[in-house]
Formats: sequence, C-alpha cells, structure tokens
Amino acid sequence: MIMHNNHEIILENISFAYKQRNILEDVNLLIKKNEFASIVGPNGGGKTTLLKLILGLIKPDRGVIRIFGRSPDQARHKIGYMPQYAHLDMDFPATVMDVVLMGRLAKKTLWFSKKDRAEALNALDKVGMTAFVNTGFNELSGGQKQRILIARALCSNPDVLLLDEPTANVDQQTEKNLFSILQKLNSQMIILLVSHDLGFVSKYVKSVICVNRQVVIHPTTLMDGTLIKDIYHGDLKMVRHDHRCSEEGHTHD
Amino acid sequence: MIDMFYEIFDPDNLFLKYAFIMGGLASISFGIIGTFVTTKKIGYLAGAISHSVFGGIGLALFLQVNAGLTWFDPMLGAVLAAIIAAVTIGLVSLHAKEREDSIIGTLWAVGMASGILLIDKTPGYFNLSSYLFGDILLISGKDLLYVGCLDALVLGISILFFNRFFSVCFDNEFTYLRGINTTFFYLLLLILTALTIVLLVRVVGIVLVIALLTIPPAIASFYAKRLWQMMLYSILLCTLFTWTGLGISYSYSLSSGPAIIVLSGATYLVLLVIHKLFKH
Repeated sequence: MIMHNNHEIILENISFAYKQRNILEDVNLLIKKNEFASIVGPNGGGKTTLLKLILGLIKPDRGVIRIFGRSPDQARHKIGYMPQYAHLDMDFPATVMDVVLMGRLAKKTLWFSKKDRAEALNALDKVGMTAFVNTGFNELSGGQKQRILIARALCSNPDVLLLDEPTANVDQQTEKNLFSILQKLNSQMIILLVSHDLGFVSKYVKSVICVNRQVVIHPTTLMDGTLIKDIYHGDLKMVRHDHRCSEEGHTHD
Repeated sequence: MIDMFYEIFDPDNLFLKYAFIMGGLASISFGIIGTFVTTKKIGYLAGAISHSVFGGIGLALFLQVNAGLTWFDPMLGAVLAAIIAAVTIGLVSLHAKEREDSIIGTLWAVGMASGILLIDKTPGYFNLSSYLFGDILLISGKDLLYVGCLDALVLGISILFFNRFFSVCFDNEFTYLRGINTTFFYLLLLILTALTIVLLVRVVGIVLVIALLTIPPAIASFYAKRLWQMMLYSILLCTLFTWTGLGISYSYSLSSGPAIIVLSGATYLVLLVIHKLFKH
C-alpha cells in the first residue's frame, strides 16, 4: 500500500455493483485532515453508495478503504453520521434529549450515565439548541431537526462528520445557519456532506467531490461550466459562484 | 351494568372475576409491546404472526387426537408456531427486500389455512370461534399464571433493553452504526410480540388481536411526548377498553372480543377526528 501521510480517509481502486450495475468503478479518493467537502452528482450516480462505503454499511466488491489507517468497521466510533431526517418517523414520541442520547449508545452499557447526558448537552450547545432539550423532537422545524441530528452525531466526539443531504427541505436562511455551524466544527473534524445543491454549498466548502460512477475531487475554486457539464452529461444553467473559498489552495490528485 | 360490579365479587361468578383480572394483566404486555409494534411500524408482521399461530393450534390438536401426543396441547403448539413465525418473518423482512410483502402475505394465509386443514382431519368438535375471536369468559387460573409470567418477562426485558429498543424503533441504521446488534434486538422484539399475541389470543382472538395491540398506542401517541409515556397511556387505555368491553358484553350478552374491539375502534376514530380538528 502506498504511504499516505496526511490523508485520513483513503479509498483505493474501489468498485461496487448492485444488481449487475456498476455504481462505482475503480474509484480513488483521498481526504485530508480538516477537509470540508460536498459530495455532488446526479441521482443514482453513487453519492449515497460512497457514503455507505465509508460508513461500512456496505462492502466494496474490490478495493481497500482506510479511515485513520483502519477498516470502516474498526473506525466506526470515530465517525459521526447524520441521516436525512425525512427517513425518520416524524410522529415518534421522543424529546430532543432522547434523540441526542442515541449518539451515546455503546455496546457495553445499557443505560445512559450522567456523563452521557453531559456530553449530549455539550453537543446541543455546539449547535445552539440547548433551550430545546425537553422539547418534543416532532415539534421542531425542519432546520431544527437537522441541528438535533448533527448534535446526535457530535456527541460521540467524532473525527469525521458525514451528513446526508443536510440542506434538503430547509430554507436559505436555515441552510446558511447550518453551514456556519459546520464551518466552526470543521476546525476539529473532517466534514463530508451529500448535497443536491451545487451552487450554494461551494461558497462554504473547501472541495467538491463529484460522483458519477467515477469520483473526482476538485477544490471549489476550479468549478466551472464545462465541469458541471461533464458531471451531468448535459447543458444546464450555469450556477454562478462568488469565490469565497479558503486561500490555502487545494492539490489535485 | 352496576349489577355486574357486584357480580364480580360473587364467589359463584369466578369466571367473571378471572376475566377482569385477565383483562388487566393482559393490558400490561399489550401496552408495552403494542407501543413498540406501532412505532416500529410492524403491525403487518404482527398480523402475520398472529395468523400463523392458528397453524400451530391446528397442528397441536391434530397430533393430540391422531397421534396420541396428549402432552402437545394447543397452547404449546401456538407458542412454537408463533416463535418460528416470528423468526422466519423477521429474517424475511430483513433480507427479502422487494419480495417482503408477498412472502409475508403468503405466510399469513398459509399459516391460517393449514390450521384449518389440520383441524378438518381431526375427529371431534372444536370451538373455532373462541380461537378466532377470543372468549375471555373461558379463562382459567392457569391462564392467569401464564399471563402473569409473560408480563414479568415483557416488563423485565423492556426495562433492561429500553434504550436499545427505543433506538432500533426510531433509527435502526444509526443504532447499527453505534455498534449495537440491531438484528438481535429486532428479532427479540418480534419474539416478544409473538409470545404476547399467543397468550392474549384468549382475550380477543387471532383475528382481532392486532387491533387491541395497535389501537391503544395509536390513541396514546396523540398525547405522549416520550416512548415510556406512550406505553403507560396504552396500558391504561387497554385496561379501560377490556374492562368496559367486558361489562358491555356481559350486560348485553354479546361476544367479549368484538365488544372490546368495537369500543376501542370507535373511541380511536372519534379521538382521531377531534385531534385533527383541534391540533392547531
């Protein structure tokens, strides 16, 4: 295996097929420390598959995945995961605290300790939702629910945060707030998020990971019209980005 | 109706007293398991399990009479059938993906049908309607003991693994990622559901058991903010329905199971309308 000194997440020659259809083909991806990347691409292009591979929910047909030098299964406790809230039952009777405490579930303990509750409160503080600790989860707005699910992912103190469509079904202001929270968190952890929205996300994120059977990672400054055309195989309206990306620069692999 | 309350304490009416104790005890397991079934949305699986139970009852009666296995009573057959059905249906629902509906629907019907075929080939008369619709007035002291044990088991396991079950019902994938064996807890939940169904078939019968399992939690969910509250309200509602339903059936000479179900169903529909109208 090649030595990757400052790459925390490594995907090497990954292929994954579902029902004889190749979802991902010979994919290579290197993620650096403190990366903040948006995963974009057409529906069915393999965005969710990529996320699930990193989470270890599915195994690649070929290739190797290393997260902090370990397999996804072994590195799982280092990963915080936020699913799409639309997949959850909105009538489920639970308070915000009940939901966030799920992030403290552990194999060895059956009940939550004072420390678990303290960690949950701490995580709620990071997303600015401590005032809602005893509120019913189903009484919250879409944006508030997203923040609770981020808190749940945070309360195991992860080194990587994976978010599946955190910007789905929320208005622009909510989305903006969400990203400023993520931006703060980014100083302590890698953040990868799946998004439909190419235009808005790139203002905040450092790189864009384009997924459509192949995977290519671009620094956000290099996004232009031909690239979008390549990904989506068609003429689309151009999304104008104002280039407020980080100045550190990004290497191409 | 007032007369009935005196008659409960009449030593000659032991069956009535047993029926009331049964209703109360049954409600504990019903409320807890019903809440899990409702929030996990596995009412369809519970329906399939309850109908498969009939296959087990049929097999037990068949073997008792035709093969002389006198120890193999219908209750034992029902328990075995329920556990086998729970594990089979659980694994099908986990692995069959898009075929899930067809396979579970098939198990549901085949379980029921094979029970009837086995009883066809068993000499003697069997009161099928007491299995199908329940007959709480036939409860014996032994039944009360069984249901007491079931309550202890359901309560114990639910308290011990409350956070596990909560998480599996709310967000299974996330729970799995936290290193919890979600398949184990899902199957455990289905087995507890199966045991609850078997023992409580005596109260309302195979066909109606799903209604009593899901209606009280459905009402409770209007008012409960947390999962344990939903369980508590479900237990209280279920007790209320079984006791009132029993009272109505006794006073007006009606079948107890259907009386309980019509009462709970009507209450649910009325409260559903009120809830929708005054929610905002």
